[in-house]
Amino acid sequence: MENIEKLKNAFKESLGVDDSIIVDTLAYQSIPEWDSISHMVLISQIEEAFDITIETEDVIDLSSFAKAREIVSKYGIQC
Amino acid sequence: MESNANMLLKNQTCLITGASRGIGLAISTLFAQNGARVILTGRDNTRLNDVITTLPVFSLPHLSFTLDVTREAEIVQLFKHLHSENIYINCLVNNAGIMEDSTLQMVKPELIHRIYGTNVFGPIMASQYALKSLIKHRGGSIINLSSIIGTNGNSGQSIYGSSKSAIIGFTKSLSKELAPLNIRVNAIAPGFIDTDMTKGMNPRFYEKNLNAIGMKRIGTPLDVARVALFLASDLSEYVTGQTIGVDGGMII
Repeated sequence: MENIEKLKNAFKESLGVDDSIIVDTLAYQSIPEWDSISHMVLISQIEEAFDITIETEDVIDLSSFAKAREIVSKYGIQC
Repeated sequence: MESNANMLLKNQTCLITGASRGIGLAISTLFAQNGARVILTGRDNTRLNDVITTLPVFSLPHLSFTLDVTREAEIVQLFKHLHSENIYINCLVNNAGIMEDSTLQMVKPELIHRIYGTNVFGPIMASQYALKSLIKHRGGSIINLSSIIGTNGNSGQSIYGSSKSAIIGFTKSLSKELAPLNIRVNAIAPGFIDTDMTKGMNPRFYEKNLNAIGMKRIGTPLDVARVALFLASDLSEYVTGQTIGVDGGMII
């Protein structure tokens, strides 16, 4: 699976949303499914998918799908 | 290897801070006896390694790490290391704590920082980093050690007492936050317990404390560890946000 698909999958599983809404503009708290609780699960899913440990400042910074792509690239994962 | 079929913490990995003596040692021992793999942390790793040799092993080997909970970098490093080894804890016991008494007028800022650093910021930071493990398991237990001084207050202990009250507030709010993820957060408020902290006490003060206990005996670290075992295990699977006193009916 390509990295972008892995990342989309992490969003899909943790937020329980359809593929079609997982686009760069999808933002934290812009939909009911992406709340503070599912955000914790999302971080865990991304870490598990790419075998990385996301720093606290990046957990706070991860405010959209586009931002998630940018943040995982900091850990050597190109999406 | 003995059978661990009926043990309360079978296949559980539990991290205990301040594990080398007193209540932390009793919790580590009881958890290991109940099938857990324990990760002992404390400032004296030699002592922790000695403790490990006394613990029964029912699953994977126990581990020990030097950790001063006032140093965030050490907490980060510990959890990074555990995760890199694919070790994800099921239970965190925030036991490490210090008690220093002084009337408020005599308190130096350094003392406030020292007590809050260990008793409040330490447990908060450890919980934050432990959370990743617990979320991965979609469940687990955080146990914070408060004190009867945190629930009731005491003269000469405004700093220590307020630090232990803070941890109750932390427990209550965090329990609400993590309940949807099936992660439980509870606190224990021990009374007068027979540990190194109380052994060096002025005999008159010791006697006064003893007389304030309804059951007329000092508590043991095992008394506290048994409640920690309850909170770590599935026996308390519907219990969260609570502070359980272990004080023999002490009036303070």
